[in-house]
Amino acid sequence: MIDVSGLPILSLIIFAPLVGAIALAFVPGDNVRLVKQVALATTLVTLVLSLLAAVGFGAAAEYVLPGSEGSSGFRYVETVPWIPFFGILYRVGMDGISLLLVVLTTTLTTISVVYSFGPIKTRVKEYMISFLVLELGMIGVFLALDLFLFYIFWEIVLVPMYLIIGIWGGANRIYATIKFVLYTLVGSLLMLVAILATAFTFQAANGGDWTGAFDLLTLRAAGGFDPTLQLFCFIAFFLAFAIKVPMWPFHTWLPDAHVEAPTAGSVILAGVLLKLGGYGFIRFALPLYPQAAHDLAGIIVVLSLIAIIYGAIVAIVQPDLKKLIAYSSVSHMGFVTLGIFVFQEQALQGAVLQMINHGIITGALFLCVGVIYERTHDRTLARMGGLSKPTPVFAGVFGFFVFASLGLPGLAGFVGEFLVFVGTFAVSPVAAAIAAFVMVFAGVYLLWMFQRIAFGPVSDFLKGLGHHLTDMDRTEVLTLAPLFALTIIFGLYPAAILDLIQQPVTDLLVALGSAPATGLVP
Amino acid sequence: MGGMSFAADPHAGIAAVTQAGSTEQLLLTLLLVLPIVGFTLTVVLGRRLSRPWIIAVPTIIVVWAIATYLSVQALIGDAFHGGAIQTTIYEWIPAGAFSVSFDLFFDNLTAVMLLVVTTIGMLVHVYSIGYMAHDPGKWRFFAYLNLFMFSMLLLVLAANFLLVFAAWELVGLSSYLLIGFWYHKRSAALANKKAFLVNRVGDIGFALGIMAIWTTIGTLDFVQVFDLLPAQLAGGHIEQWMMVGICLLLFCGAMGKSAQFPLHVWLPDAMEGPTPVSALIHAATMVNAGVYLVARSSPLFATAPEALILVAAVGIFTAIFAASIAFTQKDIKRVLAYSTLSQLGYMFAALGVGAWTAAIFHLATHGIFKGLLFLGSGSVIHGVHEEQDMDKMGALRRKMPITHWTMLIGSLAIAGIPPLAGFFSKDEVLGEAFKLGFQWVWLIGVVVALMTAFYMFRLMGKTFYGESHVDPHVEPHVHESPPTMTVPLIILAVLSVVAGAYLGLPLGDSTIHHWLAPVFHPALETMGVHAEPYQLFGIDGALILVSVAVATIGMVAAWRMFGFFRIHDRLDTVRALTARVPTLYQGSFHKWYFDELNDLLFVRIGGRVADAFAWFDVHIIDGAVNGVATLTRRAGDEVRQSQTGRVQNYALGIAGGLILIAVILLLVGTR
Amino acid sequence: MSQSLDAYLLLACGLFAIGTFGFLARRNAIAMLMSVEIMLNAVNLAIVAFGMFIPALAGAGQVIALFVMAVAAAEATVGLAIVIAIYRNRRTPLVDEYASMRE
Repeated sequence: MIDVSGLPILSLIIFAPLVGAIALAFVPGDNVRLVKQVALATTLVTLVLSLLAAVGFGAAAEYVLPGSEGSSGFRYVETVPWIPFFGILYRVGMDGISLLLVVLTTTLTTISVVYSFGPIKTRVKEYMISFLVLELGMIGVFLALDLFLFYIFWEIVLVPMYLIIGIWGGANRIYATIKFVLYTLVGSLLMLVAILATAFTFQAANGGDWTGAFDLLTLRAAGGFDPTLQLFCFIAFFLAFAIKVPMWPFHTWLPDAHVEAPTAGSVILAGVLLKLGGYGFIRFALPLYPQAAHDLAGIIVVLSLIAIIYGAIVAIVQPDLKKLIAYSSVSHMGFVTLGIFVFQEQALQGAVLQMINHGIITGALFLCVGVIYERTHDRTLARMGGLSKPTPVFAGVFGFFVFASLGLPGLAGFVGEFLVFVGTFAVSPVAAAIAAFVMVFAGVYLLWMFQRIAFGPVSDFLKGLGHHLTDMDRTEVLTLAPLFALTIIFGLYPAAILDLIQQPVTDLLVALGSAPATGLVP
Repeated sequence: MGGMSFAADPHAGIAAVTQAGSTEQLLLTLLLVLPIVGFTLTVVLGRRLSRPWIIAVPTIIVVWAIATYLSVQALIGDAFHGGAIQTTIYEWIPAGAFSVSFDLFFDNLTAVMLLVVTTIGMLVHVYSIGYMAHDPGKWRFFAYLNLFMFSMLLLVLAANFLLVFAAWELVGLSSYLLIGFWYHKRSAALANKKAFLVNRVGDIGFALGIMAIWTTIGTLDFVQVFDLLPAQLAGGHIEQWMMVGICLLLFCGAMGKSAQFPLHVWLPDAMEGPTPVSALIHAATMVNAGVYLVARSSPLFATAPEALILVAAVGIFTAIFAASIAFTQKDIKRVLAYSTLSQLGYMFAALGVGAWTAAIFHLATHGIFKGLLFLGSGSVIHGVHEEQDMDKMGALRRKMPITHWTMLIGSLAIAGIPPLAGFFSKDEVLGEAFKLGFQWVWLIGVVVALMTAFYMFRLMGKTFYGESHVDPHVEPHVHESPPTMTVPLIILAVLSVVAGAYLGLPLGDSTIHHWLAPVFHPALETMGVHAEPYQLFGIDGALILVSVAVATIGMVAAWRMFGFFRIHDRLDTVRALTARVPTLYQGSFHKWYFDELNDLLFVRIGGRVADAFAWFDVHIIDGAVNGVATLTRRAGDEVRQSQTGRVQNYALGIAGGLILIAVILLLVGTR
Repeated sequence: MSQSLDAYLLLACGLFAIGTFGFLARRNAIAMLMSVEIMLNAVNLAIVAFGMFIPALAGAGQVIALFVMAVAAAEATVGLAIVIAIYRNRRTPLVDEYASMRE
């Protein structure tokens, strides 16, 4: 076993993709084979590094912020002064939640890169560079502990995704990608203002000393910002994260982006990018502005409920496979925000579980859609039918993920959703009852989709494809297999996740003043 | 939490729960491991096997042997002294205070359920070897059957509500897969979706009920819930109305799975699946899950009499409602499906009046004879080359003697003719309802008994007696089924004859009561129900006479109309009769238009609503977003007009600005 | 030499107004350049006057005026060159024909 405690492991994870991307820049673009090899090697190295961090996580020491009491809850913390004049640090650290999300990111990026070998035929080099930079940004967001650093990574994510949709996307890609970027920018610029406002306030309160003004740990420990400042800053953060999640009514960029994005782009979009929002709430918005979070929680819970039900209902009538799954993401991500904002232990754990599991399951569903699209160059449900016969393996795998998405117990989707339900019920039975209706709506859109794809006689459109309609090839099986296994493992043994997030969740609830109940609830 | 053991408390009347010994633990685990391994192996290897059942069927036979051993140990050997054993496999969801273990639980109720599930399951597996012999995809069929057995065994073995819920969904999944087994048939693809979705409607209630239990009582473990409940109720931690709410929510789940009105619509459609599936899942085992859930939760329901009344009302209404539809259906399997609804209604009626044991008794006997009837109908369908319309059958008794005799026994049993199984259990349901003060339940139940006898012998008459209406091309090829199919029929027929007497005698102090007394004792204590002395030459005897009499009347009426033995059928009379009451006939024939109502409500109106939402999304929400974009662009265009490109215009602006600044400075600067 | 600063400022103001008017009203590019020169000279006059009447400036006004004159000369040179270039291109000295700054 390699001991990672002596290494700057987090920086290695963050910058390994960057090294790969720079290396790729020197590879001739027409040597597609080498480009793919370098890209795959980079993602694999990053994956292995993240797994090493996971293995050593339990043994790593928790960081204690100088001058404060008790552990910060973060491990592998690295601190380097970056812009000392403003107290801006390069500070990264990992807790259970970010560990899970980083591993999710490295796993999904590797799968996406492997999956892209076939479908991406133009500008492969630029595509792979975009993906590696994207990975850098996403990992950075999950590991940054400095607000300014976090903002930088947050914006880095935007650029490669803009290119991936805009260059390798579908027919209407320009509209979709501009919508995606503008939407996200509106939120993130407001967030920047809030970050600066917070830092200035902190600096003013500290007699003009900038030290720690952008440092999450310092700010969190200081706490107690003025309620008005909290309210405005929270709203700014909320907008940035709500757009990313996306919460109702800021969700309309998502279906367009998904429809136009190439398959691997959709996988990353649904699998990781949407989680940035949920993660932002948990890591930044709630600990920094607890008072405002409490004040606005009611509204956000209502928005989440709307998203859950509304997304599911709209998904029912979508004619396009990707749009359908995009709206289902709106519904599923509603559980994340619902779970976060009821401020209850089980609900919060469920929200984190749901983030991970949604990443796995929806990522897999998009891969499945890609499998269909590669053969038919179509995603219209009305043209599908009877795929069980010509492509039985695909139908079986697709059905598996459909039921996982449906929340079938024993598979990954169930536990997170149910924990959110239970936690919500303990706080507000009415909210839980409203959300519970999604059990039926989700069944309607998912089973209807599955029926129209897999059951019935083989449609004329598919018959017309003749021998092009082959079952999944080895690459496709290879990319879906790990997600398949994870779906079962996390469904049967969610403790693998729950044990990791117990501490951060408890800490957050303590910070929010809603300490988890111990023992039996009266 | 599974590791805790509870000492027997004679005052509370809760039976002792002990940690399972290593043998029992191994056997209980094997009950689950074997079918899931069988499922996995069959999925992986099935397509390459020349006999795809070679893994699945022996697996279930072993499971049956283990289950029988355990059950006999518990019931007859009294190995656990009427108590329960519990064992923890591992901790499933450790989420802080919400901690759910993968615990298995075994008491006498589990034992009875295990016997029913594995016996019929094993027979259906064997039967399917013959029935599915010519189907190219039969490896899938056996894989799904094993998956179902795993789910169903988990359902009856689970030691907490959440695990039951998990199994509940998994049986739903297996049912979905098996109903849609012939996936290329559009009707099958619609039926399995309908089944799953209607079940999900009930599951909303079940899930909310589980949440409510955890929120109020703080645990989901059966033993702990039942243990903590009395004190919390007495201490005022839990209000009584909460218990009513919890029980109603749980009952919603039970209504879905057991297809009680108005969630009954999925079961008749589920007959799209292969007939062994109808026998196993949609008659003998899975549809009983709702009954099992309510029975298992008896200590909860006992504290909520208001909920129990609703259970009784829904049950007895479903009984008569479904029987009225079974009268006129032409599809042999649909008659049996509505009959199943009706009999499940009996069970819920029994639960609702507090006759817990009678409900489980009827569950067991119904499982046997309804399984028999379905398998028999499968044999008939097989014999007449996949024809299900009874108008195209008739006079089959000579060509299919074994099927005929076994189905006759099944029909006599369901009609309640002594001394067959149905007589004992049905009589107990009705008798207890009467004696516990629910005379209205009894009265409707007696009418249903009359109807049951009639429609069952209508089915027998149209199928096996009278004149042959079989397609002339098929007629010469009609044949009795192979032994893999007839042997299970004979075994079930024998069970239909002896099971009732074995379990139901001696009257008033029957074996099954002894078996289940420890399970239902706490509930009966809470409800304050105490057994009255049995009066064979009094009220009980009179009730028996009434039910036997009505069953005979129904049977004889059908005999005369549909021609038995030497009596000619009088289809003209039947036609004349139906013509006299066209509204009733059409209503019954069209299942009281429930499918049409659902279609209108959920497909048409629901579809419109969803369309409206989608329109709203595109035109209002996204419209607002695009509107902002358009507005920005327009504004840009407007402002751009001021940029003429002429130097002097700009200079004018500069000069104007200068003057403006000068004026402002003059005005402000004077201070 | 008048004893009052106001007289110089009034004259500068008048000159500046004439220059401004010329710049805004004349269509001929060369006339506009001349108007700019008038405005610059008005400013020069004001600066020199201030330099004389405010002792603290200690004659610095003249130095500034010299700077302005140098800049004005440079500006006139460049301006004339541009005007000629445009004239060669467009065949007209009239500025309202020039709108290529629009896009």
